[in-house]
Amino acid sequence: MKAILKMLANPGFDLERVRSDFAYLELDGPIIYLDNAATTQRPNQVIERMDNFYRFENGNPLRGAHRLGTAATEAMVKSRSKVAQFIGSKSEKEIIFTRNASEALNIVAYAWGLNNLKSGDQILITRMEHHSNFVNWQFVAQKTGAELAFIELTDDYQLDMQDYRNKISERTKIVAFSAASNVLGTIPDAAAIIRIAKEHNALTVVDAAQLAPHVQVNVQKMDCDFLAFSGHKMLGPLGIGVLYGKSEILQAMPPFLYGGEMIEYVEDHTSTFAQLPYKFEAGTQDVGGMVGLAAAIEYLEDIGLEKIAAYETALADYCVAKLEELPYIEIYHPKQGAKGPAIAFNVKNAHPHDVATILDYHGVAIRAGHHCTQPLHRYLGQNSTNRASFAFYNTKKEIDLFIEALEDVKNVMQIDI
Amino acid sequence: MDLRQIYSQIIMDNSRSNKYRHEMPDATATERGYNPSCGDDIHLSVKIEDDLIVDATFIGTGCAISQASTSLLCGLIKGKTIKQAKHLIETFLGMIKGEITDDEILEEELEDAIAFKNISTMPQRVRCAVLAWRTLDLIIAKQTGTPMTE
Repeated sequence: MKAILKMLANPGFDLERVRSDFAYLELDGPIIYLDNAATTQRPNQVIERMDNFYRFENGNPLRGAHRLGTAATEAMVKSRSKVAQFIGSKSEKEIIFTRNASEALNIVAYAWGLNNLKSGDQILITRMEHHSNFVNWQFVAQKTGAELAFIELTDDYQLDMQDYRNKISERTKIVAFSAASNVLGTIPDAAAIIRIAKEHNALTVVDAAQLAPHVQVNVQKMDCDFLAFSGHKMLGPLGIGVLYGKSEILQAMPPFLYGGEMIEYVEDHTSTFAQLPYKFEAGTQDVGGMVGLAAAIEYLEDIGLEKIAAYETALADYCVAKLEELPYIEIYHPKQGAKGPAIAFNVKNAHPHDVATILDYHGVAIRAGHHCTQPLHRYLGQNSTNRASFAFYNTKKEIDLFIEALEDVKNVMQIDI
Repeated sequence: MDLRQIYSQIIMDNSRSNKYRHEMPDATATERGYNPSCGDDIHLSVKIEDDLIVDATFIGTGCAISQASTSLLCGLIKGKTIKQAKHLIETFLGMIKGEITDDEILEEELEDAIAFKNISTMPQRVRCAVLAWRTLDLIIAKQTGTPMTE
């Protein structure tokens, strides 16, 4: 606890200056925003960057010969290059912009899955997947006849690596897993999962939506085949996401969406397609979103992801310690191993939606529900849970106020524990 | 608004009451009501003889608002005709939408279910309060062909 308190008191960056960049903290209220795993807030720098794009650089990218079209194209190219550098990709060609991680994972399912899987093959995913890396594979399994199998969890809410080794075989063609659970906070050993998949010649798909905001991702070190994340969970705008894919795999895949700017030559009855990454980006793209995401990355890098991760871990550890002191709280969060700053919990004898409503009354924003993980909740034996999730602009004081507000939940709901 | 105007004693008591919370083996109709976003899940059963609802019970899980609302609905429609029950649905939904605000009318018709009046100020919880009422509306629509209330 001493080390945690020390980190919370001195995070190694200027917390007050950081907080002054977030306009929501100026709202009357104030709002204690602990729903960062759903979507983060955006600093002024991101909003100003997007504002500048729409005011002074607005043209249709990749088309036309005028200077505004060129400005939009340059904004797109620079943003893509920023993303490539951020995740350690070899080339900008491997960075496909999408609307969000869900769309990115659908590209893999549709363009790779439907074309490469058949009856007898196995798709291996995990018990803790978000629906975005679950329902898409269900769909592919139903369409192709491939089997969908699940890596289960240990009693400590960690991925059961023994179960993984038992289930993977030469039939396994793809292993798709969350690099950080949006509910439990669990961060599995992605490198080990990928290494084992490679031993069986299976491709790997990493859902990094909850990892990229907190931990430095490096796709070359990970050696994954695909990786997806959303901009809005890491200070960027809603509506922009990224699919990383190894270029030789992307090249062999057919397009996902057809239309403008993803083509090369269009004849009456046949077409050839554009080079990467444009082959997967049909239609006019969201360059406003791209520059916002690039600005968000710059903001994170200015503070430093290592500092961010250390501080957020301290926030989560502090919160878990405080929650553990309350006898009417049940926590779903690993005790051992790496974990992200998302903590699922329940107030005994109170439904999460009542908890969230009462906390909202106290200005505390958390998430209540199944968090797009119904199979995980069935495993937990809960219809729904509450989730508090942190970002580097949260403070110890906010957690103290959250814990105080939980006491009022106990009173309002007349819980006698 | 004070939280206790939402989580009133009437709602807290009814949310935990088992008076109508049980299966009905001789039900003439049962429908499931489900809110996918939050997981409120009820099965509402009624026993209808001629035009009269002689019994109403439910089983299910969900937040205090949804469970109290379902329990109060069962007590309220038991002994009513289908036509009277349909009128109650219209009054309750009208109250939640903020269209019917006269406390005298609401109290006269809805009795303790007037406790949900303040939900009209909490859009994110409206679905919890109306779940049972929409489920009953579906049962009546299937039985009589009456169109469901908007």
